[in-house]
Amino acid sequence: MDMPTGDQFKQQNKVRNKKYTDYVELVSPKQTTWKSLLNAFWIGGVICLLGQVLFDLAKILFSLSDDIAQTIALIALIFITALLTGIGVFDKIAYYGGGGSFLPITGFANAISSAAIEFKSEGIIFGLSSKFYTIAGPVIVNGILSSFIVGLIYYIIGLF
Amino acid sequence: MRLFDFGVEIDLNLTKGVKTLKRTKNKNSKKIGKQTFVFQNEPKIFSSYSIVSQKEKDGPFSEYFYDVLSDTKFDEKTFEKAESKMFVYTLHNAIKKAGIKPNEIDILFSGDLLDQIISSSYCARLFDISYMGIYGACSTMVEGLIFSAICIDGGFGEVGACVTGSHYATAERQFRGPLELGAQKQKYSQHTATAAAAVIVGLVSQGIKITKACIGKVEDYGVTDSANMGAAMAPAAMSTLVQFFIDTNTKADDYDLIVTGDLGKLGSDLLRILMDEKGYHLGQNYMDCGASIYHHDQYTSEGGSGCGCAAAVLDAFILRKMEQGQYKKVIFIATGALLSTIIVQQGESIPCVAHLVLLEK
Repeated sequence: MDMPTGDQFKQQNKVRNKKYTDYVELVSPKQTTWKSLLNAFWIGGVICLLGQVLFDLAKILFSLSDDIAQTIALIALIFITALLTGIGVFDKIAYYGGGGSFLPITGFANAISSAAIEFKSEGIIFGLSSKFYTIAGPVIVNGILSSFIVGLIYYIIGLF
Repeated sequence: MRLFDFGVEIDLNLTKGVKTLKRTKNKNSKKIGKQTFVFQNEPKIFSSYSIVSQKEKDGPFSEYFYDVLSDTKFDEKTFEKAESKMFVYTLHNAIKKAGIKPNEIDILFSGDLLDQIISSSYCARLFDISYMGIYGACSTMVEGLIFSAICIDGGFGEVGACVTGSHYATAERQFRGPLELGAQKQKYSQHTATAAAAVIVGLVSQGIKITKACIGKVEDYGVTDSANMGAAMAPAAMSTLVQFFIDTNTKADDYDLIVTGDLGKLGSDLLRILMDEKGYHLGQNYMDCGASIYHHDQYTSEGGSGCGCAAAVLDAFILRKMEQGQYKKVIFIATGALLSTIIVQQGESIPCVAHLVLLEK
């Protein structure tokens, strides 16, 4: 008698499983529809518009340079997102917004502030501090990595 | 087969060890067919209690759920403590309703979704009852009922209790992400119900009889998406249900109601299709707790899931309707997706199991 293994199991049921998972794929409701794309588009657009308004306001009201006005607009967006996350509104926006609310800096701010709220119960050091970047961590790692690669390509192109 | 290159042949295939065992027949066997147990002493469910959160109370079972959490933290500091308190609360109230003392219960079976089934253990430390922790994911309630019935029928006690439950916030953290994270859920995902229920089973004169049980096999049809639990669990439900029909030589129409645990809308549709393929048609007498615990506009996608979903519906709806005499013979199958986030991330598919009890008035 052979000892059963996971690979054997998969091999034996390959046809049945393929048939079943294909069917499941077929009948499962789809995530990306025209409606969700449209929602993502206008919610993302509204967030970007808000950023632009904040930028212009900072520039006009306080007569700041572009660099500083930009930073202030970003900080204001992060603050608004963190506040909305804290009072439990942001996840409802994101329910409709999807990628539209996740791609701008609001998504990053939400990932960090939601983790901070969630893991506060395990204490400041081992809860909040250590779990702070559980969601946002991969974004940072891949962001740095991809900007490094793009920079490298840019540098190589610049050599010629 | 050569395991390590030490020059020694090791027989891993056990070709030499297989013997034809001489088996003796159990004179009073309580097993029929391949997987079905018959309880001759008829252990009865004589008390039960459940609690749900406001979200479940707002759903279609609104008029049946009778106890609602004051807030989702249940006056505790964290959600985990709240979940454990829900266990204690329901078990305490079920014992009170039964009119017995806690130390009259011979054994307590309890389980939940969290790692190391902590809610159950923290509940059990407050009671003077022998305790066994069980894990069957969303099938925990039926697993507990079967174990209690086996214990009682086998003469290892007279009263058994099972308690189980789940909490949306703790399950989200265990299996997905932070609560306030603005990530869209899959359209086929399920919402973990915030609910807990306790059931007391014993040898008494009145109550709902547990007459048969069918312990399921683990089925894995290769679904790797942990959000699509309904699709993963449907084959397990089909396997147990078909085996039960074969073992008892019955069909779906012989029962007043067939209830599955938490397959959700997609999962229960898949179960109907799989059952049709096997030649058993599920008609109007089939319902799914997960698919019917929330309204469509409550943003729960395919419906509810979690140990508490099936358990609370069992207590609040099915047992009550049976006591009123509306249903006489009910098949209750709870399905469990035995997944861990770690192994799913490693690319493995989800093993699922379904257990069945036959409840009779």
